[in-house]
Amino acid sequence: MLRVENLSRRFGDLLAVAPANIHIRRHQTTVIMGGSGSGKTTLLRLLAGLEQASSGHIWLDGKHDLSCISQSGLYQLRQRMGMVFQYSALLNSLNVYENVAFPLHEHTQLDESVIRTMVMMKLEQVGMRGFEHLMPSELSGGMAKRVAFARALITDPELVFFDEPTSGLDPISAGVVSSLIHRLGQQTRLTSVVVTHDVEAGLRIADKVILLWQGHVIAEGTAEDIRHSDDPRVRQFIEGNPDGPIPFSRNETPFHEALMAGL
Amino acid sequence: MRRLLTHIFGAIGRSTLSSLQRTGDATMLSLRALCCFFMPPWQGSHIVRQLYALGVGSLIIIAITGAFTGMVLALQGYYMLAKFGSESLLGSAIALSIIRELGPVLAAFMLIGRAGSSITAEIGIMRVTEQLDALQMMAVNPVGRIIMPRILATVIALPLLVAIFDVVGLAAGYVIGVDLLGVNAGAFIGEMVTKVAMEDLNIGWIKAAGFGLLIGAICTWYGYRAEATTEGVARATTQAVVLSCVSVLVLDYILTSFFL
Repeated sequence: MLRVENLSRRFGDLLAVAPANIHIRRHQTTVIMGGSGSGKTTLLRLLAGLEQASSGHIWLDGKHDLSCISQSGLYQLRQRMGMVFQYSALLNSLNVYENVAFPLHEHTQLDESVIRTMVMMKLEQVGMRGFEHLMPSELSGGMAKRVAFARALITDPELVFFDEPTSGLDPISAGVVSSLIHRLGQQTRLTSVVVTHDVEAGLRIADKVILLWQGHVIAEGTAEDIRHSDDPRVRQFIEGNPDGPIPFSRNETPFHEALMAGL
Repeated sequence: MRRLLTHIFGAIGRSTLSSLQRTGDATMLSLRALCCFFMPPWQGSHIVRQLYALGVGSLIIIAITGAFTGMVLALQGYYMLAKFGSESLLGSAIALSIIRELGPVLAAFMLIGRAGSSITAEIGIMRVTEQLDALQMMAVNPVGRIIMPRILATVIALPLLVAIFDVVGLAAGYVIGVDLLGVNAGAFIGEMVTKVAMEDLNIGWIKAAGFGLLIGAICTWYGYRAEATTEGVARATTQAVVLSCVSVLVLDYILTSFFL
């Protein structure tokens, strides 16, 4: 569905995403994992067209190049997409019902009673039915994330981007969200791109895993491939070892040397 | 010495280029926003909502400012005119000062403080909390949905607020001039009607519409381009208020010299 060719993103001197070639297959869940600052969210935003690439191309269905498409063309294609943001990004001035119904009000001529039924179905799916009158400021982080989830799925998109869908959720809610992504992938043949830190949940729902480190793709394959990888960087990440080739500190100079040199 | 001069002129050049770049970006954003007015989907309800929030929300502060401006002008004007024995000109002096100059400028300042700062902060917070990105992902153009209604609302609201400022200011001036200082009521009204022409009112409203456009363009741009941090939003809000005030004064000078 999405094919990425030599895609990179640079912020000044910082290479956030090194030139990468990635294939995101239709009806599959692709999980992008990596440590903090490894470029996961930047890659996701590039794929969603929210960030301008420094180089490379992103092909949707093999015919639309998202890296150089017109704005109106991009808005047209986005009607087939959804996105769940890390901090939910609910519209503050609208209540839960209005937030979830927003894409339908914007892009369809459906009767309000039909919209209401669809919104209630989605809210039921994420366990938020009964909270439709609340404002975003009255929701906990987990509740807001579930509402964002319902909003992203309300138009039954073909492709959904999830930015840390389980972060900030209690274990039960995280489990519900993970299984919902997995179930939707299987039942509705949704194409999902998930960015997450949660190794277990990521490997459980993934058809394909991409592991990033310092903007570079260091491993790519099925969950089983990743679990049985011999690459010490992959092993350190999935086992959560503090010691290994991936340093905890981002500074290459040891602290004692910096201290001796007067910091 | 040569290095110092290079450093100084380099800094001036960079600062000038940066200012030009930002002015160009703000102009392009405002033009794109105004173009969205003529393109579907029609944002009428959002324009009315902003008009209500900016206009009706600023009514009381505009009325209070107008009243005290009229009162101060009456006191100050009477004190000066009495020296020449021309107290009867008080009505026209107050009217011309308020309608041509003080009304548009002071109402613009009040709108900047009351509404301009909130426009920048609101859009900046939408940037920080990724609401603008969320709109884009829902195939809704944030320029048409968020920026355009606010710019249009300031352009429409400010002339209306200026009209209210003028009426309240003149009424307050009348009360102080006639009831407190004893100026003849007939002379006060008569001089005002004789000396104030329709052209004066039009100048006031043209200035108000121009200030409204300037305030809307500056405040929305600072919010839209705010750095996505709490400090970035705070800085953008301060800069938007300061630049709006200075720009209003500069535009006021240009328009006044043009209309004189």
